[in-house]
Amino acid sequence: MGVRQRPLPLGVHCKRAAALLAGAVVALGSAACSDTADPDRVTVLAAASLTEPFTMLADEISDDDDEISDDDIALSFAASSALVEQLRAGAPADVLATADTRTMALAVDAGLVTGDPVVFASNSLVLAVPAGNPGNVAGLADLSRDELRVALCEPQVPCGAAAEQMLATAGVDARPDTLESDARDTAGKLALGEVDAALIYRTDVTSAMEIVDVPPDAEVVTEYLIAMVDEAPNPRGAEEFITAVTGIDGRRLLVDAGFESP
Amino acid sequence: MRRRSAEARVPLLFVVPAALGLAILLLPLAGLLARTPWNRLAEILGSDDVLSALRLSLLTATLATAICLICGIPLAWLLARSTFPGRSLLRGLVTVPLVLPPVIGGIALLVAFGRGGTVGRWLESATGTTLPFTTAAVVIAQSFVAMPFLVIAVEGALRAADRRYEDVAATLGASPWTIFRRVTLPAVAPGVLSGTVLCWARALGEFGATITFAGSFPGVTRTLPLEAYTAIGAGDAETAIVLSLLMIAVAVAVLALLRDRWVIRG
Repeated sequence: MGVRQRPLPLGVHCKRAAALLAGAVVALGSAACSDTADPDRVTVLAAASLTEPFTMLADEISDDDDEISDDDIALSFAASSALVEQLRAGAPADVLATADTRTMALAVDAGLVTGDPVVFASNSLVLAVPAGNPGNVAGLADLSRDELRVALCEPQVPCGAAAEQMLATAGVDARPDTLESDARDTAGKLALGEVDAALIYRTDVTSAMEIVDVPPDAEVVTEYLIAMVDEAPNPRGAEEFITAVTGIDGRRLLVDAGFESP
Repeated sequence: MRRRSAEARVPLLFVVPAALGLAILLLPLAGLLARTPWNRLAEILGSDDVLSALRLSLLTATLATAICLICGIPLAWLLARSTFPGRSLLRGLVTVPLVLPPVIGGIALLVAFGRGGTVGRWLESATGTTLPFTTAAVVIAQSFVAMPFLVIAVEGALRAADRRYEDVAATLGASPWTIFRRVTLPAVAPGVLSGTVLCWARALGEFGATITFAGSFPGVTRTLPLEAYTAIGAGDAETAIVLSLLMIAVAVAVLALLRDRWVIRG
């Protein structure tokens, strides 16, 4: 038998452990928060359909300005409705950019953003099919064909709400096979050729897809809004990013990606 | 007495990381409980969307478990009892879905069984049907991720089982099928049972492979985890929280069942 340390009375154990735990939690907490506490970092929550232009804009900003590194602009993309929910849960972000007015209104009503949101781009919903149109889709009415594989966005996310509006205007009772959780997921199913048709944003159409015309009165245009998050950790960075998006560089990149200027 | 004093000597240095570990594991669950809308619990659990997701989840997880049993037990037997070249490689491959991110499994399934996929293209030209976006696709995705749990549990039990009983049965003239049914299977029953429960629980919780391969449509492919994900994406946190609670309750029940009934006794 080796030398044994006598076990400490339970109370001593607990007090020491509590003190150690408190110290460790503080250490862990500060480590975990250091990302957001970085005064130069700006965190942007943006609609999934903005992935391409916002990523390029962030690259340009960090390339042009020596004081801003790639790490200083943190972009997070998801369905606008999911982003609002993240803010509601207390996500430490500086900027919110949504794909429609309805979700931005939710954020405004909940006091999650400050100031008046600015419209910075618009997009339109299109009926897209895989290149070669394997399902012989001629128009919106084809979406009610049962044997056709159709992908739409979930009605609560902006692209799904736009799709509902388009189908209602055209009087089409669509038979979707899947309701995807954001615009990019829906476009992804089409890009893989797993569906014959999908209602997606014009900006998500790739060379592997074709656009089928819809009647002009059924066209749905969605507006993109940007706003600073209430009590943003980096308000100056937020303002700078919003200025960049609404400014000449942002506009150019957005137009390049297929968005229309407001 | 001696055993108790040995147990009491926990190095003080372990207490802090252990407590932190516990905090990481348990705080999310506590947070969920704290934000659960108890007054709306019954209403949310009784809603059509949730009930249809629950029905679909129970159906698909049970079907997937049946497939895993039918295919997994013979597979485990082959891995444990027979000798053939490449057996250890095969055993390694069988466990790949266990460590693979499920979404990668979903992409693999899509590439193989999707419309443009190697098997899928042939299937469409032969039968005129396609798998993605069907309930069958959900079952396949669940079987893909859950089968390794069953195979590993049964294979381990087969290796640990005393083979002399099988030898005796053989000398008494029992056919291989009779030996398997009357001697081997009862001997490994605890392993099969715990493997089945784990397999079912994994199938029930399947998300990544399902949403990638099967899509998400109410009543057809939208299982409970997908319903929770849809709810949070649509900004309906309360439904997402209640569904999470439901899944946790199932998980805890499964673990309690495993612990009390089979793991210790087996």
